Amino acid sequence: MNILQRYEAMDYGAAPEARNEADAWLAGRDFSRALFIGGAWRAAAGGKTFATEDPATGKQLAKISDAGDADIDAAVAAARKALPKWQASSGYARARVLYAIGRAMQRHQRLFAVLESLDNGKPIRESRDIDVPLAIRHFIHHAGWAQALDKEFPGHKAAGVVGQIIPWNFPLLMLAWKIAPALAAGCTVVLKPAEFTPLTAILFAEICEKAGVPKGVVNIVPGGPDAGAAIVNHADVDKIAFTGSSEVGKIIRKATAGSGKKISLELGGKSAFVVFEDADLDSAVEGLVDGIWFNQGQVCCAGSRLLAQEGIADPLFAKIKTRMGQLRLGSPLDKNTDIGPLVAAVQRDRVGGLVEEGTRQGAVCWQPDTALPSSGYFYPPTLATSVSPANILAQEEVFGPVLAAMTFRNTEEAVELANNTRYGLAASVWSENINLALHVAPQLKAGVVWINGTNMFDAACGFGGYRESGFGREGGREGMLEYLTLKTPAGAMLKPSTQAEIRIGEGDAPLIDRTPKLFIGGKQVRPDGNYSFAVADRKGRLAGEVGLGSRKDIRDAVSAARAASKGWGEATAYNRSQVLYFFAENLSARADEFAARLTQLTGASAKAARAEVDASVERLFEHAGMADKFEGRVHQPPARAVTLALHEPVGVVGIVAPDDAPLFSLVSLVAPALAMGNTVVAVPSARHALLATDLYQVIEYSDVPAGAINIVTGRAAELCAVLAKHDDVDGLWVIADAETCKQAEAESIGNLKRVFTGNGRAVDWNAGPWAPEALLRKAVEVKNVWVPYGD
Amino acid sequence: MSSKQAIADVPAETASVTALPARNAATPARTSGIARNPGMELDLGWLEAMRHVNRSALERRVGSMTKRRSIKADNQAAWLLRAVSVMDLTTLNSNDTDERVRRLCAKAINPFRRDIVEGLGIAGADIRPAAVCVYHPFVATAVDALKGTGIHVAAVSTAFPHGLSPLKTRIEEIKASVADGADEIDVVIPRGLVYAAKWQELYDEIVAFRAACGEAHLKVILGTGDLSTLRNVMLASMVAMMAGADFVKTSTGKESVNATLPVGLAMVRSIRAYHDRTGYLIGFKPAGGISTAKSALDWLVLMKEELGRPWLEPELFRFGASSLLTDIERQLEHHLTGRYSANHRHAMA
Repeated sequence: MNILQRYEAMDYGAAPEARNEADAWLAGRDFSRALFIGGAWRAAAGGKTFATEDPATGKQLAKISDAGDADIDAAVAAARKALPKWQASSGYARARVLYAIGRAMQRHQRLFAVLESLDNGKPIRESRDIDVPLAIRHFIHHAGWAQALDKEFPGHKAAGVVGQIIPWNFPLLMLAWKIAPALAAGCTVVLKPAEFTPLTAILFAEICEKAGVPKGVVNIVPGGPDAGAAIVNHADVDKIAFTGSSEVGKIIRKATAGSGKKISLELGGKSAFVVFEDADLDSAVEGLVDGIWFNQGQVCCAGSRLLAQEGIADPLFAKIKTRMGQLRLGSPLDKNTDIGPLVAAVQRDRVGGLVEEGTRQGAVCWQPDTALPSSGYFYPPTLATSVSPANILAQEEVFGPVLAAMTFRNTEEAVELANNTRYGLAASVWSENINLALHVAPQLKAGVVWINGTNMFDAACGFGGYRESGFGREGGREGMLEYLTLKTPAGAMLKPSTQAEIRIGEGDAPLIDRTPKLFIGGKQVRPDGNYSFAVADRKGRLAGEVGLGSRKDIRDAVSAARAASKGWGEATAYNRSQVLYFFAENLSARADEFAARLTQLTGASAKAARAEVDASVERLFEHAGMADKFEGRVHQPPARAVTLALHEPVGVVGIVAPDDAPLFSLVSLVAPALAMGNTVVAVPSARHALLATDLYQVIEYSDVPAGAINIVTGRAAELCAVLAKHDDVDGLWVIADAETCKQAEAESIGNLKRVFTGNGRAVDWNAGPWAPEALLRKAVEVKNVWVPYGD
Repeated sequence: MSSKQAIADVPAETASVTALPARNAATPARTSGIARNPGMELDLGWLEAMRHVNRSALERRVGSMTKRRSIKADNQAAWLLRAVSVMDLTTLNSNDTDERVRRLCAKAINPFRRDIVEGLGIAGADIRPAAVCVYHPFVATAVDALKGTGIHVAAVSTAFPHGLSPLKTRIEEIKASVADGADEIDVVIPRGLVYAAKWQELYDEIVAFRAACGEAHLKVILGTGDLSTLRNVMLASMVAMMAGADFVKTSTGKESVNATLPVGLAMVRSIRAYHDRTGYLIGFKPAGGISTAKSALDWLVLMKEELGRPWLEPELFRFGASSLLTDIERQLEHHLTGRYSANHRHAMA
């Protein structure tokens, strides 16, 4: 073509990014020795390798050493060995290292970008302008946290040796999200990059060598699922951080149950992209380009479910189709490419299969008339309309460039549809009406909400999901807490709660016979099974008979708690505060009676019993006071936007309280949950159950709304398991014997509820992870609402 | 798009307007015989619906658009030639003279050094600016200097750059420039009408300008740097098109803020909305501050991405520029020689 022909055609043509530096790097190193362990490069002990390929051509890029169990052992040992010194080094020293890493990455920015595009297939414009700069920002941001650690997180220490497993969609960025906070906190790291995309992690290890990272602090172990499993199951790993599929996340949750390992999971999503009739529609279309056609749709928080208000749906779909026709598929290294290949043939085939299945189920799938490159794992951008909520394209995470579109009539329906998913990672809300946008954002069950934007990320703003999108946050203060633990001595091991032997006929019977019941939905109800169990006094004599709760009673209690959840969760904090104060007031008024009951049941001295009642009143008072003070933050990311980190209630929280200090421990658990707007299903100490049944009488006249607190007496281990398996329970706090705790964690995988246990030990209610402030933190989800502004 | 339905909404005699070719890179330019925008009734309801302009989203769009399109080598040379072909080569200084305007016209007729023309293989293609743009006193001079070349003469009018003289005077000014031979009239709007939301008054003024233009094409300068918000830009642009503008134009070059890409994006989206509803193709002219080859490419990318290939023709797109041409010449020389050039190596205007 001569210039005049080009002048007529006005095409962009190819604008290839040079790859010679990347090729030289690939050619210049021995990838069979690509395990970076204890500061040295090693081959896999078993000598195995795996291939990584360029998804745009299918050509092999390198054969990489494949870590096995022995290599993971070695890496964990190296991390363990390096831990004491690294942890003890000053925050300033760690800050210098993080800073050096960030700057060194900056100096090799283009090499990182080209390698990332080669290995993953993402367009060079994305790796160059988004992935790599964000990764660098993460290190430089966390240098500050390292130095500020002692002042900002008093009483905390590094979680220890951390095992980190990252996905292939943002290989370097996910590495940064994992390693930066870990190093800032003083942890040492064993990180496994994804099998499809190990290259930038290897380059990163080279950077660590040069940037003065002490040997063993960062260990990089390329490998497959077996290597991942070896990390998860390793006894000497203190924390697991995982980003990937919900399926694997659940396996990890189950595998680590009872191990005491801290875990954070960032999993799948089916994020809603809600467009109201008063939105800037052209901008919303661009938002979709940044949402579902970013990184070929291989983004956990991709806005893959478009919800369009009926009045504007047709023009919006038309605009989307026009825009889709402008998207350029092609070589990832072409600067004019919008959509590269999917990462692997298996992914492309999976996406194709889901689109076919969705079509069979009634969706109308549209693709622009765009020629696909002849080689590589390309899949065209796809718009699916006439998608019913039951369609597989609306339910399943496709992880490809496929947008499923639905319509809604009004705001309530938009929220309902948006939340009609097992996931809860992100959501996008488009409206020029700030009243509407800020009305909707808190109602969406998602860890991140973007208003008039999508896929905005920053190191200062937490990222992570609700529901089956995982738990824990990455970035910001919340992200740091995932790599810290509180310095507290371990409590005594708890024994399984057993019922005491009762010596019949020896109790001090009340004047009039009393029948304690369960307390569900604000009413005293008999247990569904209509069985009772005996509660002994301190001498083993019959003190009373209480209802033996069963799974059906838990079912009813959860349902009552769910019904109360909206009202209590949306009540003003001041309102909740007053209710808790009133609760404290009423308990205080009956202090003598509760003290006598404690003495009767536990044998505590009158003085000690009175002290426990007083402490319980004080604890209620404390949380009443904190209800309107444990608030979120406002972040100012490097953009013209504010990010509101809101503290939202977790939802329905199950509580299993121990026998020790039966009143104080129950109050210590229930009060913070209520203060933050959660509703509670409490399983009190069975041994001293009469305390809890006395307590509901206080609750009844304290203006606590029906269903906000439900009390089900019965066998703790059995009821705890029912709570753990109940998929409408959002959180579960268990102080019980080790087996009950382990079971709670293992059985929580149905909906990945947030489980916190004492790991079979007694806990300190005044210090450490079960102190009031720590419990308030457990009682909230942090939702980051991005609000870009400007007129 | 919804053009079928839209055509039913407009008067019958306008139903045969040119349909917009698909926004597809492969579609060749087809802009000859574009039906002239007859304007329409002022539709305040539609105007209300066009208020939704999200500034930060528009800024993000232009930020990524210009980074996501890269034009290299021969394509770059071709695109720069295209930039010249849609240029309104402009002099709008208070010290302009007839002689200065003649020099500018000579440059427009013969924009490139001979070795560049030959090196690029464009001899005979007559790639040169679309128009020369001057103040009224120099219209006759320019018409004379450009006779027989096909280069248009544009006159800035209506009390440029502020638009604040009596309406009667402004209309007379247009008529005088048309009488002197200008075939394109760049008018300014009184910005105060936008702030006061006096849409009817703004509409009526532009209708009157259009009538005064007769056959001459009407470019309506919004003075976007004075309008504060992209929403105001969008609304003013819509009113101008409803009133019969052939082109909407960003700036006079005299405001403290010149043509910016977000402003351009808001205006090209207004053009798209107007086309979707009426079927008419309206032109766009960014002006002021566009002085580098790189920024010219950014604007061309904006047009191609948001409106498509037809808007890369002088019938539908113009740059108002004065020093841009020299920078493009330097880039073209670099394209041919691989050496970086200097301004003084290219003939001044």
